Amino acid sequence: MISYVFLQHYWWMIISLLAGLLVFLMFVQGGQSMIFSLPGNETQKKMLVNAMGRKWEFTFTTLVTFGGAFFASFPLFYATSFGGAYWVWIAILFSFVIQAVAYEYRSKPANVFGQKTFDIFLLINGALGPFLIGTAVATFFTGSNFSLDYMNSVKWGTGWHGLEALLDARNIALGLAVLFLARTNGLLYILNTIDDDDLSARSAKRLIVNAVCFLVFFLFFLVTLMLSAGLTFTSGAPGIVVEHYKYLHNFIQMPAVLIIFLAGVIAVIAGIGITVFQGSRKGIWYTGAGTVVTVFALFLVAGFNNSTFYPSVSDFRSSLTIYNASSSYFTLKTMMYVSFIIPFVAAYIWYAWKAINKSKITSGEMNEEGPLY
Amino acid sequence: MIEHLDMSLVDWSRAQFALTAIYHWIFVPLTLGLSFLIAIMETIYVRTGNEEWKKLTRFWMTLFGINFAIGIATGIILEFEFGTNWSNYSWFVGDIFGAPLAIEGILAFFLESTFVAVMFFGWNKVSKKFHLTSTWLVAVGANLSALWILVANAWMQNPVGMIFNPDTARNEMVSFWAVLFNPVAVDKFLHTIFSGFLLASIFVLGISAWFLLKKREGWMAKRSILIAAIFGLVSSLTVVFTGDNSARTIASVQPVKFAAMEAHYYGSENAGLTAFGVLKKSDKKIGEKEILDFSFRIKIPGFLSIMTGGDKNTYVPGIKDLVYGEEDSRQILSVADKIRQGIFARDVLNDYKRAIMFNDTEQIRVIKKQYFQDKKFMNENFRYFGYASLMKPEDAVPNVALSFYSFHLMVMLGFFFILVFAASVFLVLKGSISKHRWFLWIALLSIPLAYIASEAGWVLTEAGRQPWIIQDLMPVTRGVSQISASSVMTTFILFAILFTALLIAEVSIMLRQIKTGPKHQED
Ligand code: HDD
Ligand code: HEM
Ligand code: HEM
Repeated sequence: MISYVFLQHYWWMIISLLAGLLVFLMFVQGGQSMIFSLPGNETQKKMLVNAMGRKWEFTFTTLVTFGGAFFASFPLFYATSFGGAYWVWIAILFSFVIQAVAYEYRSKPANVFGQKTFDIFLLINGALGPFLIGTAVATFFTGSNFSLDYMNSVKWGTGWHGLEALLDARNIALGLAVLFLARTNGLLYILNTIDDDDLSARSAKRLIVNAVCFLVFFLFFLVTLMLSAGLTFTSGAPGIVVEHYKYLHNFIQMPAVLIIFLAGVIAVIAGIGITVFQGSRKGIWYTGAGTVVTVFALFLVAGFNNSTFYPSVSDFRSSLTIYNASSSYFTLKTMMYVSFIIPFVAAYIWYAWKAINKSKITSGEMNEEGPLY
Repeated sequence: MIEHLDMSLVDWSRAQFALTAIYHWIFVPLTLGLSFLIAIMETIYVRTGNEEWKKLTRFWMTLFGINFAIGIATGIILEFEFGTNWSNYSWFVGDIFGAPLAIEGILAFFLESTFVAVMFFGWNKVSKKFHLTSTWLVAVGANLSALWILVANAWMQNPVGMIFNPDTARNEMVSFWAVLFNPVAVDKFLHTIFSGFLLASIFVLGISAWFLLKKREGWMAKRSILIAAIFGLVSSLTVVFTGDNSARTIASVQPVKFAAMEAHYYGSENAGLTAFGVLKKSDKKIGEKEILDFSFRIKIPGFLSIMTGGDKNTYVPGIKDLVYGEEDSRQILSVADKIRQGIFARDVLNDYKRAIMFNDTEQIRVIKKQYFQDKKFMNENFRYFGYASLMKPEDAVPNVALSFYSFHLMVMLGFFFILVFAASVFLVLKGSISKHRWFLWIALLSIPLAYIASEAGWVLTEAGRQPWIIQDLMPVTRGVSQISASSVMTTFILFAILFTALLIAEVSIMLRQIKTGPKHQED
């Protein structure tokens, strides 16, 4: 017999995995954020756009699935966060809406607003998307200002409806860390798939700056997090209490998660290292996999070990845990069967991805007639 | 409970949802249908090896891509809007409603987005067979995504397969199959996808007709017309059949909606079906709501009774009977009674919540045993839970004129399209279609009509469901997120501007691609 508690953990792991994949796939956004600054000429810009453009749907669909899976497995989070931190989510959504049309329309004749406009859309999505998502995720640790009444309707404590998260340095730090990680991954992806010496040289140069920025902001977030207090859930009264060094304790009390986390960080750094020091073009494999694993572990730290994965700083009792925010036993179990399809989905994505990426993108290809963004 | 309800908040939230859904629905049906048409065309190309067929396929595929991108852009908003604007609703039903949305992502959207990339960029990279398979998978994926969202929508129209859990104060799923095979879901899925096939066929037919009018691309236009006309004819017949099924189902699960869409106020046996009608105000009223009368009407006698019950003697209740009830003879509970039952259920729930708050274990046990474990209470009181929030009985009546006109417009157009497709098949097989310019014009002008019919269908579905966000269980006013009305108004305006701008770009790009035509499409 599968227990309810197992299912709640299982689904949190799926959510964590989707989050990891999403952050990795935001290399597309990272690439977009450099649309005006990286390429040296029009052809290079076109190559960059086409490299990212063939993958944008994966990122987008992962975001959609992340939202859907969260809705199904932890509906109280979906209701509380989306309905409460309204403006943050709306801003994120807007930045993705304009992305979806930008690739398809930018170079088509008669697109009314001109290519420049759509390229600016790509820039906005590229910069704002990762930053805001990172900031929103940071509130999984730093908390928000909300309360739930006895019917579980959410009341947000500030009129800013989520934008107040931008006032906490830790949130900003994670937002910037995610942005620079996305840019780092974007550069590594360009090195891997575009066959153009000048663009490669430019990318390699940018890589160091972006990687350093990522590390600085990420370390800042990590260190402050380890020193921060968190909320912990106890089964007896009073329920949810403050625990100093909560997240440090989580790492210590869950050594497996700590190992996964460290392995992820090492892989991220290794990917950057072999690119910078050995001129390898395969860095994305390590950094990409490392990104997935690191984010996965961070989410486990947020949700496991009786943590509150959506803490309320104004009313502790309203904080969400994987126990009080989840769907019913029946739904989680049904959805677990559905989740068994995921490996199959991953397999065909892999297959189709390889088929398209078999040959590298070249400048010659950009001048051919054919399906191009 | 939310004590002070800001009606303008509810109205802005509704307006925003309607706006974004209507925009989304401009693009979705074309995706549903065109994906299959393209797959059929590419199959012919692969079978015959004729490069002209490839050109033709790629021409329609380009139009597909332009439409597809904006369909996705508008779709993501809807998904997240359940959380941002209907958060109370999302919590109340997340257990059931969230599941299909998640399955949609895992099962359908990935299929679509993975193979769409192969479809657009794989022409010279993968084998012909693999490419063709990808094109078919895109079509299947698109229609699968329709399935899950429609299952979710059907559940709101006819909530099944769940039980109320007093501890969490919400509904929880007990049977996934009941949710999936909800009769409303089955009808809705079939009707919706075939209406999408119909719309796409009209689209292909109309544009091909334009080429013939311009005396261009004759080879490609005639072949496209033949495929679209056959596909469209089959689809339009299916649309009528499944639409009729939908209406029958509504008669049993949403009788008020059914009465509203026929503007049927007074119940009767041998009730007639209105084929065409114009409504006018009358001086009679239900509560404060005016009763509408016909100023003009073409009626098929007895047909409404035959449709709902199989014979002329079937009694079809009218709006008035459904509001005031007919306790003795026909056992229709009045809305006032339902409100009483609902209030009773709500009071029990409140007592229960209070007992939990004070940790009164004895009281908790008693309430559970006496009420929540009692089938009779759950069936007779709890199913009317939502009525507790209605102010007055006539609030249970949706907008009759809107329901009536959207329904009749859709039905009339449905029959019209059958004629259009049948004539096209006939004329193209006879080989004389280019000579009948008047007909080509009709085909071209049918394109906007197909969109109107399709949107009208949703307006009927959603407006006819009012005041419920979940039929009988939760009124719209209870589902809304507590944000300021001005915030929602702001986002409404932002969405309106953004989506309109994108729509303008889309149409402009589309028209340019059509004018360019397949001839200049290089391989
Ligand atoms: C899965 C659920 C679902 C689906 C598939 C749709 N809708 Fe819907 N619709 C809702 C769920 C919903 C809702 C969340 O339940 C709303 C918001 C407020 C309300 O009353 O219902 C709504 C409201 C709503 C309204 C306003 C009704 C009113 O307030 O009078 C309109 C006109 C539409 N929708 C139109 C559409 C269209 C054109 C759709 C085609 C894509 C559509 N809906 C699909
Ligand atoms: C309120 C309800 C709806 C929500 C929340 C919703 C959500 C979405 C989302 C998030 C996407 C983008 C997916 C991606 O990343 O590829 C999308 C696209 C799509 N949706 Fe919807 N949708 C709704 C209504 C519908 C309905 C009623 C249908 C069909 C009957 C439908 C069919 C599709 C299709 C075919 C696509 C693919 C893209 C395109 O339209 O061109 N959707 N939808
Ligand atoms: C004789 C023809 C038709 C009949 C009897 C019919 C009947 C219906 C009914 C009763 C509904 C409401 C379902 C509900 O509320 O759950 C509906 C919805 C709808 N109809 Fe039709 N319809 C017809 C033709 C058409 C045509 C020609 C189109 C579009 C080209 C169309 C598109 C739709 C759509 C998109 C919906 C909303 C989805 C749904 O709820 O099923 N219908 N139709």
